Amino acid sequence: MRESGRDVLASLTRQVGDLGLAQDAVQDAVVRALETWPRDGVPPNPTAWLRLTARRRAIDLIRRERSRSAREERAVTSSPELRPGWTAEIEPSVLDDDLLRLLFTCCHPSLAPPSRVALALRTLCGLTEAEVARALLSTPDATAKRLVRARQKIKAAHIPYEVPADHELPQRWDGVLSTVYLTFNEGYAATAGAELTRPPLLVEAVRLGRLLVRVQPDDAGALGLLALMLLQDSRRAARVDETGRPVLMADQDRGLWDRDAIREGVEVLGEALRRSGDVPHRFVVQAAISACHALAPTWPETDWAAIVSWYDVLQRIDPSPVVALNRAVAVGELDGPDAALKLLDAITGLDTYALLHASRAVQLRRLGRIDEARTADERAARLPLNEPTRSLLVG
Amino acid sequence: MPQYAAIIYSTDSDWTAPEHADEMAEYGAFSEAAAAIIRGGAALFPTSTATTVRTDRKGGDVVVSDGPYAETKEVLTGFFLLECDDLDHAIAVAATIPGAWNGAVEVRPVIPREMD
Repeated sequence: MRESGRDVLASLTRQVGDLGLAQDAVQDAVVRALETWPRDGVPPNPTAWLRLTARRRAIDLIRRERSRSAREERAVTSSPELRPGWTAEIEPSVLDDDLLRLLFTCCHPSLAPPSRVALALRTLCGLTEAEVARALLSTPDATAKRLVRARQKIKAAHIPYEVPADHELPQRWDGVLSTVYLTFNEGYAATAGAELTRPPLLVEAVRLGRLLVRVQPDDAGALGLLALMLLQDSRRAARVDETGRPVLMADQDRGLWDRDAIREGVEVLGEALRRSGDVPHRFVVQAAISACHALAPTWPETDWAAIVSWYDVLQRIDPSPVVALNRAVAVGELDGPDAALKLLDAITGLDTYALLHASRAVQLRRLGRIDEARTADERAARLPLNEPTRSLLVG
Repeated sequence: MPQYAAIIYSTDSDWTAPEHADEMAEYGAFSEAAAAIIRGGAALFPTSTATTVRTDRKGGDVVVSDGPYAETKEVLTGFFLLECDDLDHAIAVAATIPGAWNGAVEVRPVIPREMD
């Protein structure tokens, strides 16, 4: 029901031109369904039932809001789907257009990133406000306020409900991908709270990733992102020990990795690579690195040469000190600690990043420089712990 | 159609001084290109010419001080009132205002009259 609720929301939003109103109407329709379906039985076409009920509710809401312009009411009542006998499903391609519009609205760059994530969870994943609050470890009050403010901004600033013009499309689509990635990241390495990961958020992010692939099946970035999330999430069960402490990939029990997720992730990655040109999307490259790990039987048997060359690509298309750090660690496995240490010492701007010092400690210990290793370990221990876990994402 | 204020923040300069002739010409070019959707606007003299006014209550004593309300590195130097299809249109237009590359342009939706 959640998926059909979202689809109904997408097309109703286009018809009434107001995300908040459409959302209220769909929510009421879902509540009605929960009340009546158990009693009267599930209708033969549940999505059509939801669509009709939500639209009737929207008309009620519009009539009640007298200050609203007559234009919107006409848009709803003159819609052909309200004619008698309307029960058929609308064309899937039309529906996907509406979903795409909804994605671009919820991920608009003028909304703050946390609002985009909350809106995506609420409108695209169909979570209730309470569920969004739980997923983001926020209070229901704060979440409700955030969502209200976001919807007010969409309405007051007239954030469009449409697919951007061609010349803006690549950048805006990247914003959509980033919002989903942000959702995943928040679940993968929770920045707050006692848990290392937030599985519900991971599940929703992967669901969103599938939605992106559904509406843009030939987009290498979307395929790469889905592959990346599946592959990273395949290690979920092995990432913490029985006491809840994080386990680094080198020490993980690979028998706990989710083989189905790895198989699908590698398959989707293949699709992404087939659609990539000379400059692959950064998510495709990150997924390729993740796949090298996922396919390795053990840490020492990992194809480090392949990983280093993928990092070379990543450094070219999306350079950052964190990428340089991860590349240095891979070089350490390929060419030894001397080479790694040289690269690590050349990295600037990561002094407050615990994993830099932890990685230096590992290489120094391998070189027998125990005192220096201890100093580096101590520096790492003084820095926030959520950062190293976050950085596992890239490598 | 919604209206937006495109509020320009840039360095505090006297735009009438001869050394700013090129920038003024750029603004002239923008005003011409966007004439169909510009509903108003103004360029302002530098904040050294500003006066800040307060009263202690409605109709109360007037307190006048020199200078702008807030001292910041980039200051309000002017604004346009634009009538656009939606926010994406407004963003695209704002990106062609010279203030976008000489500073920043804040785009804010204007409350429509009927909601007063």
